[in-house]
Amino acid sequence: MAVKKLPLPEEELIDPGHVGCLGCGGCHAMRYTLKATGPRTIISIPACCWAVMPGVYPNTCFNIPHINTAFEVTGASISGIRAALDARGKKDITVMGWAGDGGTADIGIQALSGMVERGTKAMYVMYDNEAYMNTGIQRSSATPTGAWTTTTQVGVVRDYKRAPKKNMVEIMVAHGIPYTATANIAWPRDLIAKVKKAMAVEGPSFIHIFAPCPTGWRYPPDKTLEIAKQATLAKVFPLYEVENGVYSVKTFKKEADIGEYMMRQGRFRHLTQEEIDSISKNVLLWHDKLLKLELMTKEE
Amino acid sequence: MSTKKVITGNYTAAYGALLCRAEVVPAYPITPQTTVVEKIAEFVATGEMESQYIKVESEHSAMAACISAALTGVRTFTATSAHGLVLMHEMLHWAAGARTPVVMANINRALAPPWSVWADHTDSMSQRDTGWLQFYCSSNQEVLDTIIMAYKVCEQPDIMLPAMVNLDAFILSHTSEVVEVPDREEVDAFLPQFDPEQILDVDDPKSFGTLAFPHSWFMEWRYKIQHAHDLAAKRLVEEARGFEKHFGRPWGGLIEEYRSRDAETILVTMSTIASTTKDVVDDLRDKGRKVGLVRPRVFRPFPRSDLREALVHAKAVGVADRSHTFGYEGPLFTEVKGAMYGADRRPPMVGFTVGIGGRDVLDTTIVGLFDRLDQVADGEEGKEVTWIDLIGPEAEVD
Repeated sequence: MAVKKLPLPEEELIDPGHVGCLGCGGCHAMRYTLKATGPRTIISIPACCWAVMPGVYPNTCFNIPHINTAFEVTGASISGIRAALDARGKKDITVMGWAGDGGTADIGIQALSGMVERGTKAMYVMYDNEAYMNTGIQRSSATPTGAWTTTTQVGVVRDYKRAPKKNMVEIMVAHGIPYTATANIAWPRDLIAKVKKAMAVEGPSFIHIFAPCPTGWRYPPDKTLEIAKQATLAKVFPLYEVENGVYSVKTFKKEADIGEYMMRQGRFRHLTQEEIDSISKNVLLWHDKLLKLELMTKEE
Repeated sequence: MSTKKVITGNYTAAYGALLCRAEVVPAYPITPQTTVVEKIAEFVATGEMESQYIKVESEHSAMAACISAALTGVRTFTATSAHGLVLMHEMLHWAAGARTPVVMANINRALAPPWSVWADHTDSMSQRDTGWLQFYCSSNQEVLDTIIMAYKVCEQPDIMLPAMVNLDAFILSHTSEVVEVPDREEVDAFLPQFDPEQILDVDDPKSFGTLAFPHSWFMEWRYKIQHAHDLAAKRLVEEARGFEKHFGRPWGGLIEEYRSRDAETILVTMSTIASTTKDVVDDLRDKGRKVGLVRPRVFRPFPRSDLREALVHAKAVGVADRSHTFGYEGPLFTEVKGAMYGADRRPPMVGFTVGIGGRDVLDTTIVGLFDRLDQVADGEEGKEVTWIDLIGPEAEVD
């Protein structure tokens, strides 16, 4: 089969030799994001898979300045970096926070909220593998309804994740953030375009990147991109952006089945058809709402 | 040229940040509130201070922002108190581990419950092991001078450690005293711009704080922090000479000895209790009693040899702590006893827990401590640790 080469920037800002798992979606997310930002970027990373993935001292796979920070402080850390650059008059440098879903939606939400509310010129990326994957697949508030994790073990009482997935992009919209978007590693050109938009904003920006995790989601590592693609085509992870309050949603002619998407992953395999139908109903409801928000906010 | 200003301890700390040209000041105003960050906001608003002032949403974030800013290569300052300091705990370890010379003023206050905003050293004593230098001041002048000295020593390439400048709530923080405030050029000549070797730099990219395995460098980095503390103790003494020459007034040493060289009984205590003790020492000396005071000004690095030399001759030593390690005794008492274990002679020692939650420590209280030390000197039996001036049923028990 002939493989068509995607027209992506050639420059690689992460070297081979990271210590991520086979098939790691978070690795694709980082690689594409750095292709968009280019080398004049400082990255701050809290506890998450990417705290370990750059390698063990004295090795690093990064070709950009990189700082490890505590779990809950990404928003504060990038505020400090931007302030220091401003203090010394250093311009044209992208300041990026890079955190997982737990470090963003749970323990880091306060520092993120503060950074966005203050209007800090910095880009915050949440790469979302939908649980605390670095530490052994524990539930986060971004874990989707229905999922098994090591802290939502199904057992005999069916104690899977019952609560809905926390919607960080909408929380960012509620802050009046100038730019926020979702992106998916299966659409790298779209991802790169969104990162470039986020970088250009004269203020805070937030990108939510869907990053499937074969280790935690229980699927074979060579299926990461297929699963990522299926999630968006099944409307589980819609691709959209909100620019100064104006929504624009990417729609697709192709569709995928939610049940099929879920059944490919061990974390959902305990679900009954009835439970899948109920999850599916909420997924479609949110997608419809998004389209309405787009209609409501789009300028004539 | 310096000017004399009548200012509170809080404003003094703000002047410290101004004069040292702190470039990034991430600050949270409450938990509990002091006026340090308001005064800095005023300096920034009037253009007197060219600082990036980040109005963070918590002290935890304040310290996190200080650390990242310092690693980007700039001088940072923040201020906190009590709960705010304790909330920072994780990031205090981080600041020392990342070797960032952040300087912070801490207004010493009690921790709730019950709510209390009064002087107590529990907040900073519980941060003893975070790797920070800790200074305890007994006047507003000392607050200002110590902030300058903290930057001077902590930013040296072989030290690179954070420093906490402590001042007692209300007794210094909200009390106006005459402070000699040097002008900026005078401070500039003493304290050059911060120019660290390793920073987050797009033209020379490096990773900071990556994973270290047990067999690789973690333990050595911790050893280097200890080594830097040892160096800091030496540097403080050396730089104090330069400070005196430059500003025309002494900064002092790691400890202050007040009429203690020939004293038979010595009280060891820090911060503002020490100021009251000086008056008491003078009064008792007038009455012919050979009493003295030794005041540690630096708690980390701990002035072990200075204390040994200062206390070795005493017939009895008392240590008055404004905090208590529950299940044991006052932390300063423990440390001073530990230092004296290796002295040529070990004077008998007792500990006093005083002034908890801001209870006034009056001159009459301190006279009582010296009376007790006379008994200890005479070999009378008694409690090793006493809580002083308890009221109600607890007083009868103790």
